[in-house]
Amino acid sequence: MSQSATANTHEHGHDDHGHHKESFITKYVFSQDHKMISKQFLITGIVMGCFGMLMSILFRLQLAWPDSSFQILETLLGSKWAPGGKLDASFYMGLVTIHGTIMVFFVLTAGLSGTFSNLLIPLQCGSRDMASPFMNMLSYWFFFASSVVLTYSVFIESGPAAAGWTVYPPLSALPKSMPGSGLGMTLWLVSMILFIGSALLGGINYITTVLNMRTKGMSMNRMPLTIWAFFFTAILGLLSFPVLLGGSLLLVFDRSFGTSFYLSDIFLNGEGALANSGGSPILFQHLFWFLGHPEVYIIILPALGITSEIIAVNARKPIFGYTAMVISIIGIAFLSFIVWGHHMFITGMNPLLGLVFMIFTLIIAVPSAVKTFNYLATLWRGNIQFTPGMLFAIGLVSFFISGGLTGIFLGNAAIDIQLHDTYFVVAHFHLVMGCAAIFGMMAGIYHWYPRLYGRTMNKTLGYMHFWLTFITAYMVFFPMHFMGLAGVPRRYYQFTVLPEFGIWENVNVLITFAAIIGALAQLLFLYNFFSSIFYGRKSAQNPWKSNTLEWTSPIEERLHGNWPGAIPTVHRWPYDYSKPGYDDDFIPQTVPDDGNLDELAHSHTQPAEPPSDEPKNVVHFSTLLARWMGLSKA
Amino acid sequence: MKDVEYEFDTNRVNPKKFALWLLIIAAIMLFAGLTSAYIVRMGEGNWYRFELPKTFLYSTITIVISSFTMWWAYRSAKKAEYAQLKMGLLVTLMLGFGFCYLQYLGWQALNQMGLFFADDVHGDRVSASFIYALSGLHLVHILGGIIFLIILTIRVFVTKATSTLLLSTNMCNTYWHFVGILWVYLYLFFYFAH
Repeated sequence: MSQSATANTHEHGHDDHGHHKESFITKYVFSQDHKMISKQFLITGIVMGCFGMLMSILFRLQLAWPDSSFQILETLLGSKWAPGGKLDASFYMGLVTIHGTIMVFFVLTAGLSGTFSNLLIPLQCGSRDMASPFMNMLSYWFFFASSVVLTYSVFIESGPAAAGWTVYPPLSALPKSMPGSGLGMTLWLVSMILFIGSALLGGINYITTVLNMRTKGMSMNRMPLTIWAFFFTAILGLLSFPVLLGGSLLLVFDRSFGTSFYLSDIFLNGEGALANSGGSPILFQHLFWFLGHPEVYIIILPALGITSEIIAVNARKPIFGYTAMVISIIGIAFLSFIVWGHHMFITGMNPLLGLVFMIFTLIIAVPSAVKTFNYLATLWRGNIQFTPGMLFAIGLVSFFISGGLTGIFLGNAAIDIQLHDTYFVVAHFHLVMGCAAIFGMMAGIYHWYPRLYGRTMNKTLGYMHFWLTFITAYMVFFPMHFMGLAGVPRRYYQFTVLPEFGIWENVNVLITFAAIIGALAQLLFLYNFFSSIFYGRKSAQNPWKSNTLEWTSPIEERLHGNWPGAIPTVHRWPYDYSKPGYDDDFIPQTVPDDGNLDELAHSHTQPAEPPSDEPKNVVHFSTLLARWMGLSKA
Repeated sequence: MKDVEYEFDTNRVNPKKFALWLLIIAAIMLFAGLTSAYIVRMGEGNWYRFELPKTFLYSTITIVISSFTMWWAYRSAKKAEYAQLKMGLLVTLMLGFGFCYLQYLGWQALNQMGLFFADDVHGDRVSASFIYALSGLHLVHILGGIIFLIILTIRVFVTKATSTLLLSTNMCNTYWHFVGILWVYLYLFFYFAH
């Protein structure tokens, strides 16, 4: 009975050549192979990322030199958006909005979670493909359509949506309120609804695959932490995106059908009082942030999962506190649903309610700190391999700490009321979810590049990319903390009009210079990424000497079905690195245990062979001291 | 052959069925979010109260009956009684269409009470807008169920009985019960919270 049901997968499993009679279309375009879909997500994400980054350079130019004109801008953008080479104010707002939307949704949600969930869930869980390859393909094409619609909206005559990426009504709900609120906002909403479709289709697939399609022996507590992170990311998306869908639909009704869910008591210049009444703009904020807050964890959790894996592999040590890591993921996922109000402290909410939101928000610091502590403890005295992937993973830890600390400030209602909508908030979220997640994504790209393309990326370029990005990212966002503390508001077009902010002029120039250098550094990455697809050095089957299952599937052939023969059986957890008594410093999950292995904590403390009388492994403290001081190389 | 055996461990839920349940969870979140929005807006005052038209009670009864006929169809499919399965599916389909028509009549009745989806004049009538929006979104889910039912009915009439047909019937059964219960929830919600 099971054979008829599995005829399809069975065929993949025993296809001797591993080749299918697939046309170009089914192999590269409407592919149902999760590895190809993962590449599609990645490359679309990279393209969108370049787009978002270019936008940030444009508005950084405006912020640094608000009174200068750049003739090139008029040449590039036309005289409507850059008359006389100076960025138009409403286009500036559009750029800020679309930059935020692209980075949050298209790069760090779809580009990060879409890429690595697709690549790693089937490969690390040990299954031939996703539960529904067709839905998976649909998920990518919804995402693609959504990207096209959003990109298109930048080029329409009235300009893109310009109400900020949070699209608060009434700005977003009244097509006449500003140029970008017309067609631009409609396209933004269409794009977002397509995106929600993509996220739900993907999420349903990820959860189903993780829960139902793991290979034999892959119990939940033997799953790599990447899978745990993707799993909870998918759950968060599944529970929060429908609420955004509901909120967006009501916004569509307000815009297009004349309802008043979010509109009340509006006076529009030239129109007088509008008829809409009875709506509540705060209602949208509730619906939006009920998605919006889990969304930031949808962004950061996959990056944290990737980091856990890369740090353990490259420190050649078992991850410190596997169970604590899992519990902290669950804790973060749970808490993320009950803290959305901390984005709304200044909406005049009941102070008692604000207090509740504040307490839960501050509690999130606990699981976050557990994760940070465990990263540091894993690195502690590890045999660290400084691969580019590892550097980016360590970079994530750095940004997660420096950005997370300011989260504690902002989580306090009393301080947040002062800091709300200042550059302090911009600095906070760019460090903790922007830079940290981008670094997680870069770490993942460098680490799993051999798995994607069978080749490795250039190491030297990788190091240059890392250091330039790391330094410029701090140069861009660190000064913003001080601007925010001084009360400089975000989203303003020109600070020279406000004399009290004149002292920040040079800082803005510094930030823009750093941003431009940072953007140029990404060219190194782009060159490295695309040239390595064709000319990169051929990778070994298991280049990082990693334990997880994805390296047991041939990286050269990239079969649809992942393993040419049987799916390997799993015998141990994925973090058996530097285990005493073994020749290699890693033991893949597929290696059978020798009978006295217990999974998790005990496995790596028990010696595999009885201790001999010779105390050859005993190192005296004096020897260690000598070694540390560089006296002995033993 | 050995690898195939554990690929589909019979102890695990069928991935398709499981995915359907996840879809249902997503839909629950959509309606939970919107009914919460309803409560939040209602709590702000300036809220027009009115009696729901009787038509919505009739549509509720219709959808509850159709749940039973769907269950009957599924039970017949399990017992391989195909004549009854066909009958059950057709009756369910008819009741589904009947539900759609009754919802339409319900909206007509609301219109006649002077309650419109978009009302620019009376700010407090946003209560009616919510009812239109929620029942409309629910109808979209019903239409999804009807398409599912139509495809399943065609398959029952055209193809031979297979185990995948039973699976489809099972999934259709689950989904149809879900949209039925969802409407009963919405009806009771509108009835008590207005």
